[in-house]
Amino acid sequence: MALTDNRKENGTETAAVPPRGRTVRRRTRPDPAARSRGGQRFVLLGLVLASVYSLFPVYWLIIAATKDRVGLYQSNGLWFSDFHLWDNLQQVFTYEDGIFLRWTANSFLYAGVGSLGGTLIALATGYGLARFDFPGRGVVFAAVVGSFLIPIALLTLPLYLMFSAIGLVDTPWAMLIPCLINPFSVYLAKVYTEATIPFELLEAARIDGAGELRIFVSIVLRMMTTGGATVFLLAFVNTWNAFFLPLTVLRGEENWTLNLGLYNWTGKRLESGVDLTSLVLTGALLSIVPMAVMMVAMRRYWRTGVTLGALK
Amino acid sequence: MIRSQRWKGAAFTVPFQLGFVFLYLLPIGYAVYQSLYLEKQSGLGLGGATTEFVGLENYRNGLTDSAFMTSILRVVLFACVQIPFMLLISLVLALFLDAVTSKVAGRYRIMLLVPYMIPGVVAAIVWINLYSPEVGPLTPLGELFGFDWNFFAPSMVWPAIGNLLTWHGIGYNMVIIYSALQGVPRELFEAARLDGASELRIALSIKVPFVRGALVLTALLSIIQMLQIFNEPALFRNVTPQTVSDSFTPIMIIYNQAFNAANYHYAAALSVLLAVILGVASFLFYRLTSREAD
Repeated sequence: MALTDNRKENGTETAAVPPRGRTVRRRTRPDPAARSRGGQRFVLLGLVLASVYSLFPVYWLIIAATKDRVGLYQSNGLWFSDFHLWDNLQQVFTYEDGIFLRWTANSFLYAGVGSLGGTLIALATGYGLARFDFPGRGVVFAAVVGSFLIPIALLTLPLYLMFSAIGLVDTPWAMLIPCLINPFSVYLAKVYTEATIPFELLEAARIDGAGELRIFVSIVLRMMTTGGATVFLLAFVNTWNAFFLPLTVLRGEENWTLNLGLYNWTGKRLESGVDLTSLVLTGALLSIVPMAVMMVAMRRYWRTGVTLGALK
Repeated sequence: MIRSQRWKGAAFTVPFQLGFVFLYLLPIGYAVYQSLYLEKQSGLGLGGATTEFVGLENYRNGLTDSAFMTSILRVVLFACVQIPFMLLISLVLALFLDAVTSKVAGRYRIMLLVPYMIPGVVAAIVWINLYSPEVGPLTPLGELFGFDWNFFAPSMVWPAIGNLLTWHGIGYNMVIIYSALQGVPRELFEAARLDGASELRIALSIKVPFVRGALVLTALLSIIQMLQIFNEPALFRNVTPQTVSDSFTPIMIIYNQAFNAANYHYAAALSVLLAVILGVASFLFYRLTSREAD
């Protein structure tokens, strides 16, 4: 249908639309490679500009992390001045008895343990939803999808009150427990199960006398390594990036995440007149490193994960 | 499937169901319950506070609270500008990636996805420092070209946040649209080319209609996020409180009501209101876009 429209419009409109140089080629209809050379150059220019835009802040951050306070305020922001990266790192890690390390460890704890537990629960749930037809299955799935629309504030504020009633506020549990239940992970796990676990295989295992739990542990989980890794990766990134939940449920510095700590450092200047800008920037750079390493190491997984939600 | 087997299947979902009840349903129910009450000082405040059932009073107050309604309007207006802008760039970049060889596309895709790898809080910190008149390179860069811009001026705060969100979001949205583009049957392009269609015409008449679903999805996700925007304005406020008020966005108001004004009941009512608005907005958007497709 689009094609017929296209043909019709093409006759009347192309003269105004295409970039210069293409009209002639279209008339002679050469091979595809030659046809679009001018267009290719335009496209590449666009991609280069967009890449510069995407990378520029990171480039600036790397440069800024190598400067001391004087350099930060007085030298050209776009190029290196005196190299102080090691001093900055040392300051970041020793500030207030190494609180930054503590925050890093907390971030790893919450994101790592929380996502691991959340992924296991999600895989089991996704498998149950995808491969069994039990009463109430539709309700569970509707709850999963419906919860995408719930604003964080609606959940986080009452959770704070509930957690404070049972004494969990300001403990690692206040971060870990909410991470265990992640509807988006369940959704992904269901989609992956549908794609990788054939019914026939489960039937065959049952005929061989394997119990349902055994089938799940030794067949399904094993076949779902890729899907599970994606679910874990996305949950990890999500928790690592979380801000509203930790801001709400964590009060004492020693339980904070990196995000909270950096947020606090950026406010220090107005709060108490201490300018921590160079610490903040070095810390910001450091906090990107685990994400970057993980994303690059596991890029095979997250590429599919990022796009899967869209395709289904 | 045998009956007992079905129940065993259901058992796999039990941990999630339990967690969902305790971490989703119960908090929502609790918020709704709390929103119907109000803490009132008895007499001159000497007898301490008592909690009274007030019915829908908190909701009535919320709907007539000009700060809350202004913050919603502010965010909605901002969404109407920033989201189409960001998605247009993402779409164009996805079409660009689709127009080059897959090897070249792979290289640029990684570079364009770099912002997505950066946590939102860190992205905001970096851009705030880029904007900063003291340490950022953008102010001297602007002077070089004769611009005298101050990103911390109140009139510039939305463009500043908009740029930050766009920078952070284009890579992610581009990848979703790009992967939808991969699903377009390649024969269509060949047929169109034989008919004499230009590459631009193919992009506009075949590719764009084909990725409509992906565009609707990315727009919907962006709308949901935007109505709940908190991190970026909170970080701006942390650095320049004169630029961003503490009632700048709905979630900021809710947070302040709960934790600074200790008015939890009102905060609960506002968060229920926000959830309803979010649901209605998503539903309307979905209906509008799916009707056009027919």
